[in-house]
Amino acid sequence: MSDDLSNLNLMAPSKGYDARYQDDGGGVITTRVDQAINWLLNWGRANSVWFMLFGLACCAIELMQTGGPRGDLERFGSAPRPSPRSSDLFIIAGTLTYKMALRVKRLFDQMSEPRYVISMGSCSNCGGLFQYAYSVCKGVDQIIPVDVYVPGCPPRPEALLEGLLKIQDQIKNERYLQHRYGIGVEAGL
Amino acid sequence: MKAEEIFKRLEGEFGGDVVSNFNDGSGGDKDPWLQIEPYSIEEVCTKLKTDPDFHFDYLECITGVDYPDDEHIAVIYHVYSYVKRHRIVLKCFLDREDPALPTLCNIWPTANWQERECFDLLGVLFDGHPDLRRLLLPDDWEGHPLRKDYEEADDYHGIPTVRPNPVELFAIKLPAAKASSEEGAAS
Repeated sequence: MSDDLSNLNLMAPSKGYDARYQDDGGGVITTRVDQAINWLLNWGRANSVWFMLFGLACCAIELMQTGGPRGDLERFGSAPRPSPRSSDLFIIAGTLTYKMALRVKRLFDQMSEPRYVISMGSCSNCGGLFQYAYSVCKGVDQIIPVDVYVPGCPPRPEALLEGLLKIQDQIKNERYLQHRYGIGVEAGL
Repeated sequence: MKAEEIFKRLEGEFGGDVVSNFNDGSGGDKDPWLQIEPYSIEEVCTKLKTDPDFHFDYLECITGVDYPDDEHIAVIYHVYSYVKRHRIVLKCFLDREDPALPTLCNIWPTANWQERECFDLLGVLFDGHPDLRRLLLPDDWEGHPLRKDYEEADDYHGIPTVRPNPVELFAIKLPAAKASSEEGAAS
């Protein structure tokens, strides 16, 4: 008994290992380093899209519903954050006035890249119902770049989830290393 | 207390120059109202609040209306008494070029923000107001938007205030009708 314990080598492959794989020729995946790293980074980023908890008007009520038990935004790895500095996604939920537009611009500037913007609802898409008002900004794309527009007044939670999935698709198709750091650009990748 | 009784007592107290033009609400106006001269609104309202027969303890709202045709701006006070359960509407007609009247902050403290809103949107100056700043619009906003002759600026801090109509942007431009179709129809 004591001999067995003293000879125990935790690092050695288990006895079943060789038996299990003895007939395999060895699974080989050919890939490029940058592709693999991109895939890994995108997989991580797409499944942890943290958004800034920032509501402007009645769309924010629908945003809360999306975070509630039926919509359950967090099953996609998306959690609300209290600070722009730790969030990846900016959901503009509601009517954007000129007074708030300057603040939204500042909050967007405080977010670190990569950052994404969902324009939720008619008001933030184009001014919506209030687009002829003197105080309402005619769409959030007048001040910051928008990735996904979610139509509706207000959009249902399913529509916002669809917008989040679109953001995830966009993230998964990105070549972040090349885009951000210029890796492999000289090689033409 | 009926609105007409309130009017009679105020008229007897301050005279017909100050309190005038009683309207009992039958002419399309829902609420009975009376006109107060702007310079004496403060003493009239002090009377309305302190007199135990009136006991108006609640200023419901202050609104402003611009009447460019009549060249004046109306400031309208809705006051209500929770104790006596009666209500009266006071209107002050101001000069449109220089709208100013005394503040009511010392009588009803709730007048503070309501007067700020009225100043913000219509440019009415309330003399003696402790903090007459804009309430809703940004501090650097130009103009008072509820004036009928207000014109929107082209941009605000570089943000354009107009958005092109998408229907016009993507409309299919049909070529002009050609003369050949007329020829074909003739032949």
